[in-house]
Amino acid sequence: MSAKANHSPHSISEKAFFESSGSALKNSKLRRNFKRAMNGLMEKRRDIFPDASELEETRDRAASIRHKTLTHLPELLEKLETNCESNGIRVHWAETTEQANQIVLDIARSANVRLAVKGKSMVSEEMHLNAFLEKHGIEAIESDLGEYIIQVVNELPSHIIMPAIHKNLDEISDLFQEKVDPNRSSKSAEEMTATARLIMRQKFHDADMGISGVNFAVAETGTLCLVENEGNGRFSTTLPKVHVAVMGIEKVVESLQDLPPLLKMLTRSATGQPITTYFNMISGPRGEGELDGPEEVHLVLLDHGRSKIYEDELLRETLLCIRCGACMNHCPVYTRIGGHAYNAVYPGPIGKILTPQIEGIENLGYLANASSLCGACVEVCPVKIPITDILLRLRRNHVRKKTARHWTDLNGGKSLMELMTWKGWKQVLSQPSLYRIQASLLSRFGNLLPAQIPVLREWARSRNLPRFSKKPLHKLVEDAGIDHE
Amino acid sequence: MKPSCSFPEKPEAVYYFGTCLADLLYADAGMAGIRLLQREGVRVIYPRGQSCCGQPAFNSGFQDEAREVAAQQIVQFPKNLPIVIPSGSCGAMMTRHYEELFEGHPLQEKAQSFSARIFELSEFLVNVLNVKLEDHGDPVKVTWHSSCHAKREYGLGDEAEQLLRQLKNVELVELERKNECCGFGGTFSVKFSEISGVMAQDKSADVMQTGADLLLSTDCGCLMNINGALEKQKSQVQSQHFASFIWNRTHVG
Amino acid sequence: MNESTSSRSRILERLYGIHSQSRFADHPEITETQSPSWTTEEKISCLKSKMEAVQSEIHCCSEQEFDTVFRNVVDEKSIGSLLFAKNTQLGSRIHSLKQSIPEKMPELVNYDISIETMKKRIFSIDASITETLGGIADTGSLILWPSRHEPRLMSLIPPIHLAVLQAEKIYNTFSEAIVEGRWAENGMPTNALLISSPSKTADIEQTLVYGVHGPKQLVVFVIQ
Repeated sequence: MSAKANHSPHSISEKAFFESSGSALKNSKLRRNFKRAMNGLMEKRRDIFPDASELEETRDRAASIRHKTLTHLPELLEKLETNCESNGIRVHWAETTEQANQIVLDIARSANVRLAVKGKSMVSEEMHLNAFLEKHGIEAIESDLGEYIIQVVNELPSHIIMPAIHKNLDEISDLFQEKVDPNRSSKSAEEMTATARLIMRQKFHDADMGISGVNFAVAETGTLCLVENEGNGRFSTTLPKVHVAVMGIEKVVESLQDLPPLLKMLTRSATGQPITTYFNMISGPRGEGELDGPEEVHLVLLDHGRSKIYEDELLRETLLCIRCGACMNHCPVYTRIGGHAYNAVYPGPIGKILTPQIEGIENLGYLANASSLCGACVEVCPVKIPITDILLRLRRNHVRKKTARHWTDLNGGKSLMELMTWKGWKQVLSQPSLYRIQASLLSRFGNLLPAQIPVLREWARSRNLPRFSKKPLHKLVEDAGIDHE
Repeated sequence: MKPSCSFPEKPEAVYYFGTCLADLLYADAGMAGIRLLQREGVRVIYPRGQSCCGQPAFNSGFQDEAREVAAQQIVQFPKNLPIVIPSGSCGAMMTRHYEELFEGHPLQEKAQSFSARIFELSEFLVNVLNVKLEDHGDPVKVTWHSSCHAKREYGLGDEAEQLLRQLKNVELVELERKNECCGFGGTFSVKFSEISGVMAQDKSADVMQTGADLLLSTDCGCLMNINGALEKQKSQVQSQHFASFIWNRTHVG
Repeated sequence: MNESTSSRSRILERLYGIHSQSRFADHPEITETQSPSWTTEEKISCLKSKMEAVQSEIHCCSEQEFDTVFRNVVDEKSIGSLLFAKNTQLGSRIHSLKQSIPEKMPELVNYDISIETMKKRIFSIDASITETLGGIADTGSLILWPSRHEPRLMSLIPPIHLAVLQAEKIYNTFSEAIVEGRWAENGMPTNALLISSPSKTADIEQTLVYGVHGPKQLVVFVIQ
């Protein structure tokens, strides 16, 4: 089951998550695809970081650069704007995705744009930009091969680096035959890539506008940096007469010198490559006397909840992210349910901390619960985001929101029950006499509890119930005469 | 792994925090841990009023409830003695999260002292007591699951496996993906039981693949979870806390 | 535009406001501890092995040998038409070569008018040849510094990209290139690039395929 491109921001719900993850778990082909892909990516990352202490050093360096950005964020954004503008890059600011979409549309209209080609951009997915442009009569074609594949079948990306990772060769071959080139049937990745190359070449040739994201924006020189392997990003940002770059406000860095460690950590963490084919540094539209390059370059700075995240010292670290995808590659939950089950723009661990904060913790706070807190993500994050600590904080915030509204909440019954459960738990566990009574009862009758009651029922679906010891430890301790003080 | 400077000299006595899981479900393992310490000439003190570190509520976002239970534990361990605990996960809760939990609270200082004195059992046996083991058991093939909370949250090294390697009749077989989460995650196993169940199944499949007779770990939560999946699949593989395993094989009489 | 301005004020106001109220822990900046310091030979060797690992073709030769090596590559790849930039040192050398041995050289197309006019021609050309600003050994990359004499699309559109790299301009690391090249002080061109291989993708079941949208082949002449 793949998520169809869904453009309603409030279509995600806890119930939907259980449904989508449930059906993903039963989809053996999907699980095989993800397992193979994630194993491959984990191995590639392991291989490119042979020296553990060098890895830690580079992580520390990358983290310190990103912390520097956060500490000086407003000044850096102003500096970026000043230097971009003096380079001829027009800078626009948007608090919401609606505003951002309108800005892009206005630019497109001024330039009589009918066809836009897009490089991969997660921010543009946050904006649901393609759908918005289509609604206003502008065709927006994805040029990255993975994005192109899913656009053809109207699906959302399932991974932030490899959007079509949930599909295997046969599925892509079928889709190519059905929707791309009915005259050819090919099971060869080379042949399908060649077909895509031909199709996209015409689009690049014809497009009036190119849209891209930004991996890093350098304040010092007013430079937009883009990382890619295919060349579609360069085409999109160089050939059409207008280039619009959309960027989350946290992506600014102070200086050119900040780039090498970040680039190193990004490409290695993402796909195990020492560097991508292209590292594209754009510092302006077509200059005086130049023969190519866009006539207009625009940078759209998007907030979309980031300045709110910025408020809290711990939650702010969510904004350190450089979008490498390593966290989801190593996440045991993501590997098994795939990216679509999250029904969100950003899946995996980063998605669990980012989505509730930008889309609203009230409705999406449950995403922060869908983790065993194993910490695999924390271990591999190139900029050391304390993902598990942030998840714990979001759980706390979510509980506060839920329980404050439990009388009126749609999930009120469930929240109330959970609150009561923990209050009961607290009563028993904080009073030794009550605890002992409970322990006695469980050791005597616990193994007789039916597997159908709540909690045990959930456990027992895939596991046998654990067995209570005949005598609790504290009784054994007493019997053995162990000192108590 | 902690730097060697953070381990104390061998003390005359230690406190023992049983953990609620060991207390109710793995009592023998809890007792085995105590015996292993006593055998090294250390007096073990088991405060009677202890119950739980508070992690289940804390991980679910119910911080106030977790704090009340945690406060009750702190006051049970007043003397400046090491507190040994047969669980990396509970150890992580008490070392990493009590500071935040008790910030600005009257018990803040006591909580800080408490956290600083926590040691996981295998870590204590190896680094403080320098335990030497003699194997009296029959030959057996075992495999080790590394609890992700113990390894990543607590920062536990491979001390338990070091202990196992001292046992001459024990063949330790490497578990594939041994650092991958087994799916327990406390309340995660119940709230997201389908995902958790699949993780437990995958882990138990890896365990069965090793050909080992026995699965060992530092954490009862993981053991309970993987064992449940092994039993459901009618596997012959048994599981045990490493303390029980070591105690049973190394004590005579 | 007005909305953008008011969004700007609100966003910055919020961010600056938070600055004065929230805690920002001290995160001392960590600078690079050690960086390799290789000889030219070592740098060439490192760059060559890194680039060859991702299907770039590397030819090491002397200044004198270049003409022959270059023509061999042209013959081998049946390059019939070659996009070049006449107003560069390399361009004028290629141009002279064409003049001296016209029948042994491909048709030369000078990129001297705007892309809008050149589009069709460039999309049908066999190959291009460009200079480079330098190279980076530890990542195996070329530094391209497009200008009005040598436009950006030269290294993107044609299916074969030939690049000339002076060995003494190979830096150890990207950092070194930025610092020694004084990129920040001198100002960045409208477009600068690091190029490390022919274009590639692994989007179809993680199978690595070369030749996607950018060039299918990258040939580097390292001149010592």
